[in-house]
Amino acid sequence: MSDSPSAPLTTADGVPLKVSLRRASRRLKIKALLLVSPLLAFLIIAFVMPIFDMLWRSVDNPEVSNALPHTVEALENWDGESLPDEPVFAALAQDLKTGQEARNLGLVSSRLNYEKSGMRSAVMGTARRLSRIEPPYKTALIDANDAWGELDTWQLIERESAPYTLSYYLAAVDMQYTPSGEIVEVPDYLQIHLALFWRTFWMSGLITLLTLVLGYPIAFLLANLPARRANLLMILVLLPFWTSLLVRTTTWIAILQSQGVLNDVMVALGVIADEMRWQMIYNKTGTITAMTHILLPFMILPLYSVMKTIPPSYMRAARSLGGKPFLSFRRVYFPLTIPGIAAGGILVFILSIGYYITPALVGGQSGRFITNYIAYHMQTSLNWGLAAAIASILLFVVIVFYMIFNRLIGVDKVKLG
Amino acid sequence: MTQPLAAATSAPAESEDESLFARFIDVQKSYDGVELVVKGFNLDIRRGEFVTLLGPSGSGKTTCLMMMAGFETPTHGEILLKDTPINGLPPHKRGIGMVFQNYALFPHMTVAENLAFPLEVRGLSKDEIKQKVKQTLEKVQLGDFGDRRPAQLSGGQQQRVALARALVFEPDLVLMDEPLGALDKNLREEMQYEIKRIHADLGVTMIYVTHDQTEALTMSDRIAVFNDGVVQQLASPETLYEEPDNAFVAYFIGENNRLVGEVTEKQGETCTVRLDSGEKVMAKPVAVDGPGSRTTLSLRPERVSILGEDDAARFDNVFTARVKEVIYLGDHLRTRLAVCGSDEFILKTPNASGHHSLRPGQDIQVGWCSADCRALDA
Ligand SMILES: Nc1ncnc2c1ncn2[C@@H]1O[C@H](COP(=O)(O)OP(=O)(O)O)[C@@H](O)[C@H]1O
Ligand SMILES: [Mg+2]
Repeated sequence: MSDSPSAPLTTADGVPLKVSLRRASRRLKIKALLLVSPLLAFLIIAFVMPIFDMLWRSVDNPEVSNALPHTVEALENWDGESLPDEPVFAALAQDLKTGQEARNLGLVSSRLNYEKSGMRSAVMGTARRLSRIEPPYKTALIDANDAWGELDTWQLIERESAPYTLSYYLAAVDMQYTPSGEIVEVPDYLQIHLALFWRTFWMSGLITLLTLVLGYPIAFLLANLPARRANLLMILVLLPFWTSLLVRTTTWIAILQSQGVLNDVMVALGVIADEMRWQMIYNKTGTITAMTHILLPFMILPLYSVMKTIPPSYMRAARSLGGKPFLSFRRVYFPLTIPGIAAGGILVFILSIGYYITPALVGGQSGRFITNYIAYHMQTSLNWGLAAAIASILLFVVIVFYMIFNRLIGVDKVKLG
Repeated sequence: MTQPLAAATSAPAESEDESLFARFIDVQKSYDGVELVVKGFNLDIRRGEFVTLLGPSGSGKTTCLMMMAGFETPTHGEILLKDTPINGLPPHKRGIGMVFQNYALFPHMTVAENLAFPLEVRGLSKDEIKQKVKQTLEKVQLGDFGDRRPAQLSGGQQQRVALARALVFEPDLVLMDEPLGALDKNLREEMQYEIKRIHADLGVTMIYVTHDQTEALTMSDRIAVFNDGVVQQLASPETLYEEPDNAFVAYFIGENNRLVGEVTEKQGETCTVRLDSGEKVMAKPVAVDGPGSRTTLSLRPERVSILGEDDAARFDNVFTARVKEVIYLGDHLRTRLAVCGSDEFILKTPNASGHHSLRPGQDIQVGWCSADCRALDA
């Protein structure tokens, strides 16, 4: 309309119609914004900022340049082919001295130790002995710790003096820099994260599939039973939401452990011998069972909301047109539920790859997820950069899945409730 | 249309007639085991006939249709299709075309795919399917719409597609459950005509459900008037209107003045009824016993005449009425009168040149023939 040659429409007093419409709706917009502002502020503080902090930490690399400023500066003109010269060692001695006095060498020593084992003791030990060290520093420092005589050490310091690093991401996918700066896989015996990522994905996929197989018929019943019975069923479906996650998980321990309810019943029935009790918990079976149960409602509810909108007359029409029951279901009902399947599937999968408590409690060693390693790096190894990198990769995977879903199905197709 | 309809209602001896196509025999249906929704439903349908089930909402019409289609099982009684009991036959083996009230077009398929569905499940070849779909779409004047989705069509077009889909596999019997209920008045009339045309062209048997009496009257060969799970009367439109068997049918079909009273005398083709307000009316006994029985008199508004000075002799019922209200309706006038103890007595007069100009409060003479005034059940 706006690009038609005729003059733009105006209101009676000559104000262009668009302007006066915008004015009229501005007050409404401001009101709406005010209403959501508490939630918006909360989301920004508790959700958006932590995510950016995490993304930042996964590449942030201040330790070396903060703790060893003179060394970094002295290394600027170094050729990188042979051990640096005396001025660099002198600068290192000075940095270590300052650091020792300020007691802030911990961070840099751990940071270097992630990349090359033995660096923690090299830094801390040399710093402690610094009072007894006399120039020339090159020989003295190499005397104090062999690491200073190795070329990799200096290559490492030079590389990690950059303000940003990819090495956390490399570590997250079981890769590393060679001393000369090439990217290679870590040795087999150190590989751990890729296998965990893979396990997290295939087990989440399996859990999603199981929730679909179990949830589809329930959702169908919910959508098609008479109201009174459907309500009862709905309460049963929602019941898990009203129970603590911890309770649900530990209940599975009580049921599945080797002295648990299920094994006891099987032994009592003579199905298995007492000494042959099944190991159903603290392994993959435990994780899959408990998580399928816990995530089931997230599959059922989107499926139900889609099925609720499919009138029974479609199936009747298909039957009256000559379709056998299963064929009618496959050709008519099932295709109409695909948005629900996709919505439930994406929801369960995304929740599942980020799940932490349940795998931690019932997963044992073999049933752990990558999230349990994020926690490990946060709490035990204190390598937050690596934790952030792993978490960012998970976030990236989630975004990719969401985009595929949106492209194939369209988020707007999904109505919850 | 070519069937001898007039004889149909009055000649039950035709049970050996080969053209008997579908039958409900004493069918009952209860959903909850407490209440009968359909009570003893009997209906014989001849090949090629257009039969309408007409009745108020909740009277069990859909239930009867669903039993015929196989989606509900009769609690009692039998349904025959071409002399074969079909009670145990699943819906997909019945070969009955069905048009649903909301059309039930598959939203994820195009119009052509919707039509192809019944042909595919019957294992027709691709070429045959393509050709039949095209033919059928042309029959409902939607030849160019095969690639559209149902959501991209107007209500009337969706209705046509639903009809085409029910016809494309050439069923002998087509069921329609209030198929025009969602359309506006003009479109509805157009579609009524269209369905009639298709019915005549193809010669299929149709069972049609509606609560709209005009629709039933214009389309049907025969109408079964439903109330309370029972067929009140099964007859051609003309018979239903002219000769209703009972008070419900008279009330449900067309407009009708009701006067309540007691039979005092019955002599052959006429009887005398004393109304509760005291007047004596001559009527035609239809569903009354002898003197003393209660009755409802049914009188169509257009069969009541306003009398001039000298034509009182033409009618055996003449009364003085007071005009309460005159409503101008273009082609005719509706006048509400107070007469024979009723304040709601309606008189319909054509808007002919020189029509009587009536004023509220005016007293006039009205009259009607006893033959037009039917004495029905109370
Ligand atoms: N599936 C059902 N379950 C229980 N009651 C039903 C069901 N379908 C219809 N009824 C009841 O049966 C009666 C007749 O319904 P229906 O056959 O749909 O009437 P109509 O089509 O004439 O409006 C109604 O009282 C309705 O509530
Ligand atoms: Mg109905």
